Amino acid sequence: MVISDKLDKFFDEKMKEYPTKRGFLVPMLLYTQDELGYLSDEAIAHLAKKTELTELEVRNVISYYSLLHTKPMGKYHVQVCTNISCMLRGGEEILEHCKSKLGIGHKQTTADGTFSLEEVECIGACSWAPAVQVNYDFHENLTNDKMDAVLEGYRKKR
Amino acid sequence: MAEVKNVTITVDGKQVTAPAGTLLIEACKAVGIEVPSFCYYPGLSLQAACRMCLVRIEKMPKLQTACTVPITDGMVVATDTDEIRQARKSMIELLLGNHPLDCPVCDAGGECELQDMTFKYGAAESRYMEGKLHKEEQQWSPVVFFDRPRCILCYRCVRVCGEGMDVSALGVQLRGSSSVIAPNEGDHLNCEECGMCIDICPVGALTSGAYRYKTRPWEMKHVGTICTHCGDGCKTTLGVRRSDTGMDIVRGDNRDKSGINGDFLCIKGRYGFDYFDHKDRLRQPLVRKDGKLTPTTWEEAIEHVGKRLREIRDSKGGQSIGVIGSNRTTNEENYLLQKFARTVLGTNNIDHHRTADFAGFARAIAGKENITATMRDVASAPAILLIGNNPTERHPLLAWNIRTNVRLNQGKLYVVNAQPIKLQRQAARFVQIPEGREGKLVAFLNGDDAAAGTLTGASGSNDALKQLRDELKAQKNLVIIFGSELNGADITALVKFGSASGAKFICLGDYANSRGAADMGLYPDLLPGYVAINGPHKYNEEWGSLSKTKGLPLQEMMQAAKAGKLSALYVVGSNPVVDYNFDPAALQNTFVVVQELFLTETAMLAEVVLPAASAYEKSGTFTNTCGDLQLLKKAGDISGIKSDFEIIVRVAERMGTEVRRLVPFGSGVRADMGQTRGAQSGEADRHSVWLTANNLEPRFSPFDPYAMLDEIQRLVPGYEFSRLGLLAGNDQHVNAAERSNAGVAEGLVQIVPANDTLFTSGTLGRYSKTLNNVLENRRAPQNKEVMAD
Repeated sequence: MVISDKLDKFFDEKMKEYPTKRGFLVPMLLYTQDELGYLSDEAIAHLAKKTELTELEVRNVISYYSLLHTKPMGKYHVQVCTNISCMLRGGEEILEHCKSKLGIGHKQTTADGTFSLEEVECIGACSWAPAVQVNYDFHENLTNDKMDAVLEGYRKKR
Repeated sequence: MAEVKNVTITVDGKQVTAPAGTLLIEACKAVGIEVPSFCYYPGLSLQAACRMCLVRIEKMPKLQTACTVPITDGMVVATDTDEIRQARKSMIELLLGNHPLDCPVCDAGGECELQDMTFKYGAAESRYMEGKLHKEEQQWSPVVFFDRPRCILCYRCVRVCGEGMDVSALGVQLRGSSSVIAPNEGDHLNCEECGMCIDICPVGALTSGAYRYKTRPWEMKHVGTICTHCGDGCKTTLGVRRSDTGMDIVRGDNRDKSGINGDFLCIKGRYGFDYFDHKDRLRQPLVRKDGKLTPTTWEEAIEHVGKRLREIRDSKGGQSIGVIGSNRTTNEENYLLQKFARTVLGTNNIDHHRTADFAGFARAIAGKENITATMRDVASAPAILLIGNNPTERHPLLAWNIRTNVRLNQGKLYVVNAQPIKLQRQAARFVQIPEGREGKLVAFLNGDDAAAGTLTGASGSNDALKQLRDELKAQKNLVIIFGSELNGADITALVKFGSASGAKFICLGDYANSRGAADMGLYPDLLPGYVAINGPHKYNEEWGSLSKTKGLPLQEMMQAAKAGKLSALYVVGSNPVVDYNFDPAALQNTFVVVQELFLTETAMLAEVVLPAASAYEKSGTFTNTCGDLQLLKKAGDISGIKSDFEIIVRVAERMGTEVRRLVPFGSGVRADMGQTRGAQSGEADRHSVWLTANNLEPRFSPFDPYAMLDEIQRLVPGYEFSRLGLLAGNDQHVNAAERSNAGVAEGLVQIVPANDTLFTSGTLGRYSKTLNNVLENRRAPQNKEVMAD
């Protein structure tokens, strides 16, 4: 099985609530990515079959959303916002700092697979800019030092 | 269904009346007001992506897209004001922001919708300072190339591939200004290679491997003719240029959308013409000398054939001569060939490669009215029953029309097949039956419940079959389409079932003029129009008395050859050695003449090989598998060859026949050739130039196919179509099968379906570069890569 039986069953159950099978595609993509870390070719084929779409159509949807990935990302996916509010409060410096600290660039993954880095647009945390999202957790009012602590925290958690 | 009521709207001060619900853009078109659009395409789903069709509708706050607004009573619309012109100009400016200005080398230059719009609305000066995004062009398949920067994202290609073709090989990836059209296999296409996406592209983003960078649109002559491959008879427009060999067909497309195929062409219609200039094309007659086929002159070759045939006929009699006709020569040539066989060679030993039992079909429907469907009917019939065949592979237009009908008219499709076929996706009901039991199915439809046992296999339940029968019986105006799986008595039984509820029928045969070959009497027992040779007929009156003895069908000709009783075999455009397993050894002592384009397995055995014109190099008519007659127009000349028509006439003449008895030329309508002196001198020349330009010939020539057509219309029952309609380029439905008088069938006929796929087409397909490229490409291993991250 490409995805866990539990998730697959959940999909089958939940799909009934949607007027069309394809209507449930985006949530399924998100759940699948949460489980696998990315959307593998096998996962795409599986979901295409489930929704009666072609693989191309599923890929069309995936490519539309920058938060969906078709290549493996790090265990912790560091998303640095550089949109207006964060930019004004030092978001770009945070991004540069992360790059040098982790030794990787935009959309790259560290050799050990722990971290990946991505420059993203607004994550909706303008009031606490500059902000960074790691997986689903937010870290706000960041400085370089605070960022170091955040990264260190995750490194330890591993 | 309730009548749709008409509503009246005002567009630019003009009153327009159209059914309620008509799209505004179509209503405008109906009164000659052009509303520009890139993304709107009739028959495809609405997109409203390009914003070119913006118009002002009174009482609506903003400009509206005419392609998505259905008209309502009293609507007042302006399509051409300063405000609208400015809006359209801005759209063009935006599109041109990233569009390369390589019109001078672009394939679409001269027939590009973006170029036309830029000329009209003028946004030639860009206010953007940023550099343009450039991406290298990509080859997606042997026929499809993609130039990303030229793409204006109208999504026509995506929709025609998904909705029209039901292939869905194209999609849109990424978003916003990075959006890009993407093929289904990452970096290449896996599809039916129909080229619809290229044809429908309003700019030069999708280009064809066969045509790209070869010429400009205005350098070609455009000839609307009929495709030479399958039996559907699509109209194709050939772009022709002069070349050192006489002519060069550069491309095939369907710019003339008036044909039975509308927008559609498959790979064969669009690219499969390219066998015409294959290096192996025969360009000189060959005569066997010292055991080897040696190039010679036409004079010598014809003389040789005429002399030998005359000797054989006079010494051994006509019954020692066999004639095999073609599925891809014109009606006039087929008619002429059987007339030549029966009246000059004195034999009824004439047959052709039978890919469907058209004679059996004629027997089944003889005397019935309105019993055959046209190709156009398939696109509009409320219900269709398809038994056997796989139209997606073997009748691509038929498949397209069925899909269109289901999609746009909610037509109901019922499919019965021994295999799962692609069209079952459109089917309201699909029933799979064991191989070879199609006849049993017909028996079941006719009420023989016992037949169900052999159809259901192990499962045993015949509920699905019963439901199918009940639903079919309830259908009015059903069109029943069947393949070569059914013949003889099964067809009669099927007609009995269908005609009770007023159904119409289509019998599917392979190759461009297989129906014409059958209609024109390439049969040992049937004269043109399926008239029994031993029954009453009118042909005696014009041709002199004819033998009433049935001739030999193809297999028996081979047996006769083996027994040493076949002294001569005259083959036109056919390859019985391959198609019918005609044993080459049997022909050792037979004088074999072959008229052919290429040195086929049969031609290699011949004593004389005569290089013939392809259907792109001659005029005449073809009858498609439904019985739709269409005009074949000559695209150009190839040096060294002659049409089959001319060859047969010349051979007959050399055998001592009075040619006028064979081809009634010089009668009927005469051309006024004008004067040779004085003020009107030169008119003769001008007149003949006009005739030639229209692919007509003054009736002075014994090689004039229209003289033969005169006789066909006069003598063949069911061919009383409108000549004017035909010459106007319209399809004319003929009824030879309905008017037939074929008598009782004797013995079983051997039907040998061609079993071609989308990428093969008998002899011609073997010499098409594009078809071969695609086949080769499919065999090669592919690396899969994904375009978008």
